[in-house]
Amino acid sequence: MSNAPHPVEEETYIEGPLYASAKRIYPQRVQGPFRQIKWAILAVCLIIYYFLPFVRWDRGPNLPNQAVLLDLEKRRFYFFFIEIWPQEVYYFTGLLIIAAIVLFLMNSIGGRIWCGYLCPQTVWTDLFMAVERHIEGDRRDRIKLDAGPWTTNKIAKKTIKHFLWIMIAWWTGGAWVLYFSDAPTLVHDLLLFRAPMTAYLWIGILTFTTYMLAGHMREQVCLYMCPWPRIQAALTDEDALNVTYRYDRGEPRMSVKDARKAEASGQPAGDCVECLQCVHVCPTGVDIREGLQMGCIQCGLCIDACDNVMAKLDRPKGLIGYDTDEAVKLRIKGGTPVYHILRARTYIYLAIIGLVGGAMIYQLATRQMSGVAAIHDRSPLFVTLADGSIRNAYTLRLINKRPEARDFAVTVEGLLDAQVEIVGVPKTADWRPVVEVGPDQTREVRLLVSAPKASLTGKSVPITIRASDLFAGEKVQVQDNFFGP
Amino acid sequence: MAEVHERDVVTGTTTTGHEWDGIKELNTPLPKWWINMFYLTILWSIGYWIVYPAWPLVSSYTTGLFGYSSRAELAQEMADLKAKRGAQAAGLEKASLEEIQKSPELSRIALAQGKAAFGDNCVPCHGVGGAGTKGYPTLADDEWLWGGSLADIQQTIQHGIRWTPDDKTRIGDMMAFGKQGLLKKDEVDTVVEYVRSLAKLDVDPKANLAKGKELFETNCASCHGDAGKGNRDMGAPNLTDSVWLYGSDRPAMYNTVYNGRQGAMPAWAGRLDPVTIKSLTLYVHSLGGGK
Repeated sequence: MSNAPHPVEEETYIEGPLYASAKRIYPQRVQGPFRQIKWAILAVCLIIYYFLPFVRWDRGPNLPNQAVLLDLEKRRFYFFFIEIWPQEVYYFTGLLIIAAIVLFLMNSIGGRIWCGYLCPQTVWTDLFMAVERHIEGDRRDRIKLDAGPWTTNKIAKKTIKHFLWIMIAWWTGGAWVLYFSDAPTLVHDLLLFRAPMTAYLWIGILTFTTYMLAGHMREQVCLYMCPWPRIQAALTDEDALNVTYRYDRGEPRMSVKDARKAEASGQPAGDCVECLQCVHVCPTGVDIREGLQMGCIQCGLCIDACDNVMAKLDRPKGLIGYDTDEAVKLRIKGGTPVYHILRARTYIYLAIIGLVGGAMIYQLATRQMSGVAAIHDRSPLFVTLADGSIRNAYTLRLINKRPEARDFAVTVEGLLDAQVEIVGVPKTADWRPVVEVGPDQTREVRLLVSAPKASLTGKSVPITIRASDLFAGEKVQVQDNFFGP
Repeated sequence: MAEVHERDVVTGTTTTGHEWDGIKELNTPLPKWWINMFYLTILWSIGYWIVYPAWPLVSSYTTGLFGYSSRAELAQEMADLKAKRGAQAAGLEKASLEEIQKSPELSRIALAQGKAAFGDNCVPCHGVGGAGTKGYPTLADDEWLWGGSLADIQQTIQHGIRWTPDDKTRIGDMMAFGKQGLLKKDEVDTVVEYVRSLAKLDVDPKANLAKGKELFETNCASCHGDAGKGNRDMGAPNLTDSVWLYGSDRPAMYNTVYNGRQGAMPAWAGRLDPVTIKSLTLYVHSLGGGK
């Protein structure tokens, strides 16, 4: 150690550990309108998730009859009346844009609605907590149980709880794989232990992740693993409604008795009685009275808790409620807050959602149920035939998205006296080759186009290859070139 | 020296003492499970050493519990592929060429295998896609010296052309009329001009076409026919059309008549298995639609 004097800043030391044990949170049971909303959303989401694969949807004899099915092997995605081919995956881009903007919209109107009510992490954690409360009792009982010795009672309760958690987690993983195969068949196969290994593996993985994330990780996921709280923090603004402690009304905090005294002596008295109910019911363990914060998922349970207390004290409800920080500040100054729920931001979000949604619906409604693609032979570019005419060859792929086999007549336009031939297929009376494409299939054929030398206006002539459904009349076309010497 | 903790005014948290451009890092402790996950990944990697090949030794390496090797995995995949192809080949073996052509499923397999076999064996002479070049016939056009039906093509591939080790090979001889003294040089010229007139190519106005016709009928018609339409049994090309294997310029034609042509193609029967030859036949037929 040197004896020279040090400036104070250089001698800072780290206080406390670099890593700390996560604080155990024992959320307390609460009743109220927000709890009711959360139960309702939980029920709807889980019923959809667990039972949707069993919903049937008749698509005719050649196609699966599962309403929602991601057929990875045959590369088709079925959603009720919509069937998506791999080349139409761009629809998902539209869905993702809509999903993102809907999140922005929710955020600009009511804060972290996604986090508090809809996020799978929230929904499953809520379910797991409900199970936990049912087996081990409410907050106080659980704290006592965890602090106490390992009695038979404790072991029994813990065993039952973890068993139920694993059962729910297992069912969650089981439901997941049903979206990728015919659900009733797969359930049957799974029970008889003859389903593909991948199915068991994915059930295992999802059982593990559900059990870990909803049972053990809980708010740690929101605090440390999820990027969304950070993004949401950047998305909120002064006009967005957030779960807010109205400190204009609540401060200074004091007991009911003290408040009466203060009022009698003309001192200011706040409505917050420091009962800590808002903290005890919080699933992430934050204190909402510290203001808007990263750990708050804005589930509204503290609103229910506080309202219940206020009702008992005969004080008006809404000490905690959906409000804006600006409004609170304005009320302190004696003003009346003005809310801008619908503002430029929300209109722009709505417009984007409408635009993208409209474009997708239009695309879906007007999309062709057939398709044609052509690849010109790279070698030889052209050949001279015995009679001196020029021939080009193309690899033609015809696409039939309908559930029945269809006949397509192939014609070529833009080339005088062109003769069209497809190897191995018959022709119509007017000499158009006819290709039969099986239901929901594609077929590759070799197209030979020949024309007299005189028809070639240059070294390369643009042509249109057209495939017309002989019966339904649907026409699709593709542009290509015809080469000559 | 006494510990001095610097406290951030806003949050009341101590800083770590690290500072960048006036921005100080707060000491917000991470949860312990986070660092434990890191230790867990280290344990996991030790598991990897045990299960998988990991450490190089002097002349070998630690093989791991299950003796996994990516080379063995590749060998297994190749064997699986071969078994799968074997099953497909059985389908091709039983069906006739026409049956394969009519079945979309079988022809898809045959064309894919044929394309691969063509690339491995035929492209050096016939070019990609059967483009052909001087002396090596274009297989994508409609001119077939020895016939363009499925059976004809299969016969050609199996036994070759002028491939003497194979006694079923296709034989046809374009004699060296000049070299062997059957025609004098000026007679060769005259015959060339006459053939040009048959093919509607430009003809030397001074040429004696009557003489040329007489010479043609005496020397050439036995194979190429009186009208020069050729004869597929002998591989004699049609001289009246636009396809010229060795070129239609005067020096090339003179050369053909004077020195003859004996282009050969090997027989593939012993070198490729029957299913591959079938696949090749269908592929070659598909290039130009055969005839």
